[in-house]
Amino acid sequence: MSELLRWIGQFENSKIVALLIFFVTFCAIIIYVFTGKRRKQRLESYKYIPFEDDEKESRTQRKVNDDE
Amino acid sequence: MAQSAAVDTQQQYNYAIIKKFSIMALVWGVLGMAAGLYAALELAYPFLNFNIPEITFGRLRPVHTTLVIFGFGGSALFATSYYVVQRTSQARLYGDGLANFTFWGWQLSVGLGALSYMFGITQSREYAEFEWPIDILITLTWVAYFWVYVQTLRRRSQPHIYVANWFYISFILATAILHIFNNLAIPVNLFSLKSYSLFSGVQDAMTQWWYGHNAVGFFLTAAFLGMMYYFVPKQAGRPVYSYRLSIIHFWALAFLYMWVGAHHLHWTALPDWTSTLAATFSVMLLLPSWGGMINGIMTLSGAWHKLRTDPIMLFMITALSFYGMSTFEGPLMSLKSVNALSHYTDWTIGHVHSGALGWVALISFGSLYHMVPRLYDTKLWSLRLVYAHFFLATIGIVLYITAMWVAGIGQGLLLRAFDDQFGTLAYTFIETVTFLHKPYVVRALGGAFFVSGIVLMAVNIAMTIRQAKVEQAAIEAKIASKLARA
Repeated sequence: MSELLRWIGQFENSKIVALLIFFVTFCAIIIYVFTGKRRKQRLESYKYIPFEDDEKESRTQRKVNDDE
Repeated sequence: MAQSAAVDTQQQYNYAIIKKFSIMALVWGVLGMAAGLYAALELAYPFLNFNIPEITFGRLRPVHTTLVIFGFGGSALFATSYYVVQRTSQARLYGDGLANFTFWGWQLSVGLGALSYMFGITQSREYAEFEWPIDILITLTWVAYFWVYVQTLRRRSQPHIYVANWFYISFILATAILHIFNNLAIPVNLFSLKSYSLFSGVQDAMTQWWYGHNAVGFFLTAAFLGMMYYFVPKQAGRPVYSYRLSIIHFWALAFLYMWVGAHHLHWTALPDWTSTLAATFSVMLLLPSWGGMINGIMTLSGAWHKLRTDPIMLFMITALSFYGMSTFEGPLMSLKSVNALSHYTDWTIGHVHSGALGWVALISFGSLYHMVPRLYDTKLWSLRLVYAHFFLATIGIVLYITAMWVAGIGQGLLLRAFDDQFGTLAYTFIETVTFLHKPYVVRALGGAFFVSGIVLMAVNIAMTIRQAKVEQAAIEAKIASKLARA
């Protein structure tokens, strides 16, 4: 174990260590995002956020139409 | 009732700062693209330098790149990011005074930078020519920008931070890191504008292109993807095709982009493994780039008919198509064998412009056309002018990039050709220069189309704002007369 920690701590191994950390993290993100039915529903529900203030906007636009 | 709703939106959000940035985006856009056109004409017709040092190609070129990237692109990003963060958080922008500081700090930096280049004051680092006092002003502005953005996100009434904000925040963070490290320099003295980089030799080249390519990656790509993830769904009237794909798109770009800068330095003093690493990651970047492009284009799935009637949607979908095209061309050019032909030729210039004009400018135009009428609570003055702008811009881009393919590939072949028997070069350098004249004329023509387009846009937006003021005055007159009667 201490051998492994020493290997990780050595500067010349930083490229491999960084690559492993990034790769594993990225794989974990993919697995997290694409598994679980409820998680899928929750994540996909966020795509409607830009439309949540539409009512106000349409009233504003209606004002312009009314004026015309 | 209707009027109170309009007033509510104007009061709930800080639109004043967005209006200012939007207008300045167009001002810098017109000036910067006109400077680019003049520089292109100087290359085709060198007499246009007129022996005036301030407007020679060498000085005008950084003026062009600074005004279009930081003036036009930067102001468009400030404007849209302030709009998107407020609308998706349903919260008012933090700190009116600090937001105003970001406006004046940014405009001053861009203006002073462009002027200083014309007078020959430059640190000669690609896309980072600002000398040290302006670099410090940019740093202060950027820290204020980060603070305003983060504090606004903290005020959000939404539990989730919408993905467009992820792209914007990564752009703000990455640009801060890139700007600070690339500009580490020592001034000659406190009262001198001249400074020298902390790095030298191959390390300096590495730092410059680590900055240069990540400026493309995070300033010109990630940030404009933030724009895309908000404005494409809004204009299409339907949510983004896959939210989960947008998450993967974000993380893949974040993980991959930082590694690829060294592909700008193939066949130089750089270690070979660094070149190979950069090329490998560049090829891998194709996957998230195309994933994002498909996500954007598929947002219109089931509503393709909108392209027949909505010129703003045309801008956005064409921008995504160019994003796909230039992110295919980039990995191709990063291969060492292809780069041996393409580097130091105009193919690179063509590639940059297919991304900068096709992707960055078109998505900005589309987003501004969507946003400005909403800021002023009116409609666009002329949709016909939007159509005219779209076709001028698209024809301009096609002329530009095809001319640069011809110029670059031809130039590369001429420079590499050698006599088998004697091992000498087959063509003299001046022959390659003569060859470039016609493509340079066509490139300038393409640029003229593109500049005409943004001039039309500036007129259209100016008239839209004027129309909004007339409408507002009419409403106020109506209210005043009703009150007088009551």
